Amino acid sequence: MSAPIDLPKWADTILVPAVSVVAAFLVAGLVVLGIGENPLTATRLLLQGSLGTGEGLGFTLFYMTDFIFVGLAVAVAYHAGLFNIGGEGQATLAGLGIALVLNNLTFLPGFLLIPLGILGAAAFGAAWAAVPGYLQAKRGSHIVITTIMFNWLASVLIVYLLVNVLRAPQNMNPETPAFPPQSHIPFMHEAFAAFGIEIPSSQLNLTLLLALAAAYGVWLLIYRSRLGYAIRVVGSNPTAAVYAGISPARIIVIAMVLSGALAGGLAVNELMGYQHRLLLEFTSGYGFVGIAVALMGRAHPVGIILASLLFGILYQGGAELAFEQPAITRDMVVVIGGIIILFAGALDGLFRRLVARVMLRPTLAKA
Amino acid sequence: MNPGDLVTLFDSSLRLSIPLLAACLAGLWSEKSGVVDIGLEGKMLVAAFAAAAAAYAFNSAWIGLLAGIAASVIFALIHGFAAISQRGNQIVSGVAINMLAAGLTAIVGNAWYGQGGRTPPLEGDQRFADVLFGHSVLVYLALLAVPVTWFVLGRTRFGLRLRAVGENPAAVDTAGISVAGLRYTAVVIAGALCGIAGAYLSVGQSAGFLPNMTAGKGFIALAALIFAKWRAWPALGACFLFGLLEAISIRLQGIALPGLGEVPVQAIQALPYLMTVILLAGVIGTAIPPRASGVPYVKER
Repeated sequence: MSAPIDLPKWADTILVPAVSVVAAFLVAGLVVLGIGENPLTATRLLLQGSLGTGEGLGFTLFYMTDFIFVGLAVAVAYHAGLFNIGGEGQATLAGLGIALVLNNLTFLPGFLLIPLGILGAAAFGAAWAAVPGYLQAKRGSHIVITTIMFNWLASVLIVYLLVNVLRAPQNMNPETPAFPPQSHIPFMHEAFAAFGIEIPSSQLNLTLLLALAAAYGVWLLIYRSRLGYAIRVVGSNPTAAVYAGISPARIIVIAMVLSGALAGGLAVNELMGYQHRLLLEFTSGYGFVGIAVALMGRAHPVGIILASLLFGILYQGGAELAFEQPAITRDMVVVIGGIIILFAGALDGLFRRLVARVMLRPTLAKA
Repeated sequence: MNPGDLVTLFDSSLRLSIPLLAACLAGLWSEKSGVVDIGLEGKMLVAAFAAAAAAYAFNSAWIGLLAGIAASVIFALIHGFAAISQRGNQIVSGVAINMLAAGLTAIVGNAWYGQGGRTPPLEGDQRFADVLFGHSVLVYLALLAVPVTWFVLGRTRFGLRLRAVGENPAAVDTAGISVAGLRYTAVVIAGALCGIAGAYLSVGQSAGFLPNMTAGKGFIALAALIFAKWRAWPALGACFLFGLLEAISIRLQGIALPGLGEVPVQAIQALPYLMTVILLAGVIGTAIPPRASGVPYVKER
């Protein structure tokens, strides 16, 4: 029963995740039935709200941008055999980095300030991930526990800073003053308008291009570079890595730094692209969705983009759905995320065995 | 600060430490058997919701408690199925449990009561009344769980086997004892304890369920477990310490201390997390988990 299951590569990378996602949606459908709503109507409203209008599509792609970043963050650590569940905390700190850069260098022109803000996000996110990485590599503290603790530390820290230090004096809300206008990453409809093309306005901004570039960069790094090879070796066999002259400790820290920097992209999209100020809880639990995205996408950038699109559809469609059918709140998306993590992650073996049983039956019958 | 204040502070510390303690002992049982459980938070949350909903529906806090335990045990069994039978990644399963709990309680609560995910306020028999020294029976139940856990794990044959399965499952298997059976038992006990923790939150301490009312308590319990180095009596100490910190942070709000000035609440709130990170880094002693925790058991290896 525990013998390795040999599946063709396409089945392993496409069919198994697809089957588990379909199963997850069936279970989610049961939940919708359970609260007395029609799952088919819900699905129709969801798709209509997310893909049916230009505006809805814009919002879908906006959320997709968030999920690509956090999904890539989880994936890079995952390739090094690390489970980074600290995306929330890293993105929160990245937001702090953005606010510090943008609100202190207000005199700089946009073409300098925007890259500096992005760098600030990456640096702060990376630093917040580097500490757990270092503690895992050098002190043997379990990365999962430390990243959990760092999530809570980040949320406590940001509350303190926003309430006591960074808040604009007259503002009662715990948020920073607005970022200088030249630091705003242009909205997609503004960018298109510059070329005379009119598209519906939404929160979607040019950070999407950065996310796609990051996905390509991660692909190059993991599958086409020496460092990426080292990361994968450490992830699959740290002992072999040592024999190959690779220092697992060094690779662990590097992988966590990259992971934290990628998680920072969430803050870039949300804050520089849309909110234009630092506020509490802008990460909205997306760091955990990143885990679902990475597991579903098999930690491969292409898979992550597709999984991010799916979750973008769910988040945008879910918001529209909650508007039409108040019984189905947006928490439905969290439920679906949870089921996908359970099915595509923890119960992966079960679904592989199911797929194998169906696929290999004819060959077995012949033999 | 006069003696009366100290008694009040002790009282509120105890009150705040009870959900941590029950959840921490839950983690202890699970991890001692080799199943890592970061889903304490989620199990507490479903228990809190189920307890409040059942207490409201049946007008009985006790039925609420039973429903809370049942809901938590169901989630524990999902985790057990993934971790033990399917040899899945236990961390991933724990994350899934937490997300499922957060989403399901909010959506079902909203669908049933239409009050933004809250249950209606509980009153009278729907809540646990104070029985002794101004504390409800759940407080004593959680406290009692400490010596029981210590005795059963440390002084009985079952406890020995359960600890062995968390250190060296192959040896236990060789002795003809079911690894999966022991681990499932531990996971179910953990579920029941999380059920008590959750029920305490919604039908003991508060009068009803609020969305996400566990607010990270499951993770503080996890921190306490590490702090206690996976032992029952120190778990009591760690949970009481973290409860005390929370009580102090509530009392100190807006009060200037002599010589220190006003201590930010967040500095005290950060302490449990910070202390755990420092402890894990081996700066003050070491915390070593059960050797086989987190590792699925494969017979043939």
